[in-house]
Amino acid sequence: MTTRIVELRRGILKKNDELAAGLRERFEAAGVLVLNLVSSPGTGKTAFLQRTLTELLARGSRAAALVGDLETDNDARRLAASGAPVRQINTHGICHLEAEMVGKHLEGWDLGALGYLFIENVGNLVCPSSYDLGEKIRVALLSVTEGEDKPLKYPTMFNSADAAVITKIDIAEACSFDRETALRNINEIRPGIRVFETSAKTGAGLGEWLQYLAEQRGS
Amino acid sequence: MHELSIVSSVVDSVTETLKAYPGARVKEVRLRVGVLASVVEDALQFCYGIATEGTVLEGSALVVKVLPVVAHCASCAVDVEIASLQSFRCPRCGEPVSDLRQGRELEIESIEIDEVTETV
Repeated sequence: MTTRIVELRRGILKKNDELAAGLRERFEAAGVLVLNLVSSPGTGKTAFLQRTLTELLARGSRAAALVGDLETDNDARRLAASGAPVRQINTHGICHLEAEMVGKHLEGWDLGALGYLFIENVGNLVCPSSYDLGEKIRVALLSVTEGEDKPLKYPTMFNSADAAVITKIDIAEACSFDRETALRNINEIRPGIRVFETSAKTGAGLGEWLQYLAEQRGS
Repeated sequence: MHELSIVSSVVDSVTETLKAYPGARVKEVRLRVGVLASVVEDALQFCYGIATEGTVLEGSALVVKVLPVVAHCASCAVDVEIASLQSFRCPRCGEPVSDLRQGRELEIESIEIDEVTETV
């Protein structure tokens, strides 16, 4: 017996990273802007996305969505009410989406005909941060009911985000939401990040968000 | 809690590598994990025993090297270590930093194996 050290220097999630890189190439070639929406359960990802899809379609844009949940197709049915093509990904216990699941659920879709593709991740602020889905923009959402220190508690997720969305601002006052502190905390974790303060119910902040989407698609 | 799938990927990867070393036994698997990689060492260790059972990795040790966040500070023009995950600022000048150079690693650095020595 001889002892030997074998150098590997290999990414543990190499398989996912490679699949995600392939997806990213496909998305770019098709000219579709892909966003990965991450948050805790209950932040209001689905309501925010439903409103976004509805507004985009009303403006003549073509948008579609994939939605991840452990079980049920409730969210896909809610999102489909916007009129956009939607597919549900059930992970059956897995706490995050992986590039392979995304690739599998895109079968039969003409990406070239889409302007926007939204991927609503499983509600979880930890695990989805490790898994690249080939998106161009990772959006971390936070609702006014969750506490201003959420970004400090989950720095790994907020630091990996390209944009942040605060949801449910219509009930900010009832929750004694401290806006300044929340914005400061987001900026401590991810300096310079774009932040959108929104309400899917009243439509507040949606205009600025939609303009951002159009800019990102153009760039 | 996705440490079990992380550890399963490690088992797959090492098993694949070991095909080049028939009969070898794995003594140690060394990982490099950034503090922003969203994995917890205790959970990795807990899952490791379960995931390696009945594989060529059974009985081997898992060694996790945790890497701090290193960011490039544009003002100071140097790479600096970020000690607190609650504030991404340069410890020298206090400016916010967003250009990360280390901290997201999630990789297998090396494995230590006992190889079967051929006898002539």
